[in-house]
Amino acid sequence: MSVVGGTTRATPRRRGVWVLNAVSAAAGLAAWWIYATTDPTVPTPPAVLDKAVELLGDGTLEADILASLRRVLIGFALGTGLAVPIGFLMGWYTVARGLIEPWVQFFRTIPPLAIIPLAIVLMGIGETPKLFVIFLAAFLACVIATFQGVVGVDRTLINAARVLGAPTRVIFARVVVPASTPFILVGMRVGLGSSWATLVAAELIAAQEGLGYRMQSAQLYYDLPTIFVGLISIGVLGLLMDRLLLLVERRATGWQERR
Amino acid sequence: MTTRISIRGVARTFPLQGKDFVALGDVSLDVADNEFVTIVGPSGCGKSTLLNIVAGLDHPTGGQALVGGQAVTGPGPDRGVIFQQFALFPWLTVRRNVEFGLRTAGVPRAERRRRAEHFIDLVGLTQFADALPKTLSGGMKQRCAIARAYAVDPSILLMDEPFGALDALTRVRLQEQLLDTWSREKRTVMFVTHDVDEAVFLANRVVVMAANPGRIVEVIDVDLPFPRTEEVRLGPDFSRLRNRVWSAVYHQPAQERKPS
Repeated sequence: MSVVGGTTRATPRRRGVWVLNAVSAAAGLAAWWIYATTDPTVPTPPAVLDKAVELLGDGTLEADILASLRRVLIGFALGTGLAVPIGFLMGWYTVARGLIEPWVQFFRTIPPLAIIPLAIVLMGIGETPKLFVIFLAAFLACVIATFQGVVGVDRTLINAARVLGAPTRVIFARVVVPASTPFILVGMRVGLGSSWATLVAAELIAAQEGLGYRMQSAQLYYDLPTIFVGLISIGVLGLLMDRLLLLVERRATGWQERR
Repeated sequence: MTTRISIRGVARTFPLQGKDFVALGDVSLDVADNEFVTIVGPSGCGKSTLLNIVAGLDHPTGGQALVGGQAVTGPGPDRGVIFQQFALFPWLTVRRNVEFGLRTAGVPRAERRRRAEHFIDLVGLTQFADALPKTLSGGMKQRCAIARAYAVDPSILLMDEPFGALDALTRVRLQEQLLDTWSREKRTVMFVTHDVDEAVFLANRVVVMAANPGRIVEVIDVDLPFPRTEEVRLGPDFSRLRNRVWSAVYHQPAQERKPS
């Protein structure tokens, strides 16, 4: 009878992975730098850094980040906030599934970007259409994951709760919800990715600020450093938010048996 | 002796590829209070279906199952079920798994804790009360599931091949521990297995079933003394009974073929 130490055993290996991550990032940066010295149209890392400092200095980058972050967060929060209850409904009630699933499956095949023309016509060129497409992207990614999480809950666990005297309400709250949490969190991470992916396109819609808008206007002036700053900002912000969710996921689903 | 479980002409058919598959033909069986009955038979003989019907997780298409004189209509805390796949809630610690049914029943916290501790101790998991299932071995998981079933104080324990997923050595040890637990906390037990040795070692009575249609072919009384020690397991009486059950299971009359 042995108790397997789950966390302690992985630590040295994880440190090794971190080192590899750092090495890889450094190599990529070096490759970029070397390439940039041979091609004058591509800015070098210091040039991009200078640009970032300049944009930070006059407050442009902060304002852009804030505007984009706000859109992503609102769209993502609304999308996943609606996706989780809808996913639960679909997974739990056959009627709800029958009514909602065709719509979800249909809209899933349409890239959110393709909704933009429609969104502009129907909602104008304010914040609403931008938030809407981000919302849609996050919602569609998360609703499927939640639904599949609920459907995939081990029947034996539900039976185990039933024979312990749990009524449906209790089974839902204390078995189905925790059992599908890992799926929901994966869905949220995918949804977050889709939100960022949709952002730039959403900011095509007559935006006044935002990382996507800044990059598009820089494109007009052939301002590559600004485009690089925008790209890297989106990447870093997306990565940070993903790591944050991953952390939540680890904490909330640490009970899972990992193979 | 009072009858605790009464299975009366229970039949269960499943639609299968346009035809009816008869999982259980016409099964009748009475189980007395605090009796330990094992049900053994080849796969497809409907032994798990029978158990599920008594548990209220499945419904008969004919006949009925009575528990304490009442017809079974669904699952209830008077019948604890132990599954082959353990079915522990992986996000709950051993203690909270054991407390699950008590919480559902609205037992106050202190009482819940006291009772959970009692049954965790009974199955020897006190040291692991705050461990998550993923850190336990298969045998420990099943002991936790047994404690969880006991905690709601059922009069009946229904066990569906509970040791089937464990290695032979662990299985033998858990059989002994189960009997030890049972002798201290007597319950009526229906225990489904496909392991003849296990069936004989545990039981007051072995029910042998056959498939196609699922039916009881023989009921064999096991008059071995308790406690069932290693000597009992290695003794001549045990092997005599084991051989008898073995031939009842493996030399069954040819399958009934119904003209279609």
